[in-house]
Amino acid sequence: MNSGRVSTPHVLLGLLATGDKHGYELKRAHDERLPQARPLAFGQVYATLSRMQRDGLVTVAGQERDGGPDRTTYALTGEGRAALDRWLNDVEPPYPYVTSTLLAKMAVALLVADVDRVRACLAAQRQAHTARLRELTVLKHAPSATLDDVVAADFAIAHLDADLKWLATTLSRVADWHREVRHEPAPGP
Amino acid sequence: MSQLQARDLTRSYGRTPALRGVTLDVDEGEIVAVTGPSGCGKSTLLHCLAGILRPDAGEVIWRGERLDTQPEAARSRLRRTEFGVLFQFGQLVAELTAAENVALPLLLAGTGRRAARETALSWLERFGVAELADVRPGEMSGGQQQRCATARSLVTGPRVLFADEPTGALDTLTGEQVLTTLVRLAREQRTSVVLVTHEPRIAAYADREVTLRDGAVEHSGLELNVPSTGGAR
Ligand SMILES: Nc1ncnc2c1ncn2[C@@H]1O[C@H](COP(=O)(O)OP(=O)(O)OP(=O)(O)O)[C@@H](O)[C@H]1O
Ligand SMILES: [Mg+2]
Repeated sequence: MNSGRVSTPHVLLGLLATGDKHGYELKRAHDERLPQARPLAFGQVYATLSRMQRDGLVTVAGQERDGGPDRTTYALTGEGRAALDRWLNDVEPPYPYVTSTLLAKMAVALLVADVDRVRACLAAQRQAHTARLRELTVLKHAPSATLDDVVAADFAIAHLDADLKWLATTLSRVADWHREVRHEPAPGP
Repeated sequence: MSQLQARDLTRSYGRTPALRGVTLDVDEGEIVAVTGPSGCGKSTLLHCLAGILRPDAGEVIWRGERLDTQPEAARSRLRRTEFGVLFQFGQLVAELTAAENVALPLLLAGTGRRAARETALSWLERFGVAELADVRPGEMSGGQQQRCATARSLVTGPRVLFADEPTGALDTLTGEQVLTTLVRLAREQRTSVVLVTHEPRIAAYADREVTLRDGAVEHSGLELNVPSTGGAR
């Protein structure tokens, strides 16, 4: 999949815009809204919140400590709200750099391996992508799937589908690509 | 049990080879996707399996008997009774309404007029186009036509459905709706499906994927996890 990194601070700002929350509630809300994403680690939630507090985007709204763990409740500040609105209004730059571990790996494989080895890499990757595509297709059509699940699965499916088409095209081009990179002449007629 | 088998099929058009020794099994109730780049022989394979085209060499075996050597009359009877076919563009009969189109295969198979119409209406309903029953194809969108054509291809409860790019002309969401309904109903009546597609996401609905390249099987897809029957919506 492509490398679009999620801006966790902005997601947390958005979650706080729906009401004050403490760290655990934020983690839960995050994992619920983004069901197929990597679950947020507690450490990351607290580290992000303290940075956001330092920058004046959130503020402590209350503290509760009846014997249990520390429960600091956070609230969005006016500045935080403005930052959130700016983020929502900004259009994401569409692929400013073409970066992908997969693409980089194939480019390197071309330098160090023969055509058959590169072809085998591509084919193995296609197998793995296909397996994941099927997994998500099943998940999406499970009777228990919510629209959150469906929309998240759609996103991944669209990208896997595109990757698989790219893999197929590249498999067809790999011999020519290899020759070009190695500065070898094209085969005779 | 494998109900449909292709053994080492070869087929050329003049000097252009389209199939160079393709072997493929389709089990009862199994959904097999046939994928591969344009011109790799997918449609030719489908036509040979369905008894529409004769291979130059090799065998097509239908429930234990040679299919490819039978005379055209026998093959066409088989296509009417046991097989269903569906193409990228529905190919509905322009002069007939949706209900008449869907009823047609039933009438050809000897079902009475009234029963055929009733069954046709229930199939249009399953594909969400009941309100088009008395509309002719010329007044329908491409997606609506394809829903009717899909209903028509399954109405006789065929043992095998041969579908060549059935969602190829549809947008993603419409294609998905037509396909999930097709897959659900095919599974309900244990219809095997040979699904030709160049879309990975469409092939992902099949139990198994067979990839052709230059008229030969490139890989015949290990059975990955089988998509569930019930949930498709
Ligand atoms: N009627 C025909 N006459 C001559 N050549 C044909 C005919 N039909 C197909 N071919 C050739 O046979 C080969 C296989 O064609 P086929 O239609 O089976 O491919 P396909 O995989 O279905 O392609 P596509 O994805 O474009 O539909 C191609 O080289 C094609 O040009
Ligand atoms: Mg074709």
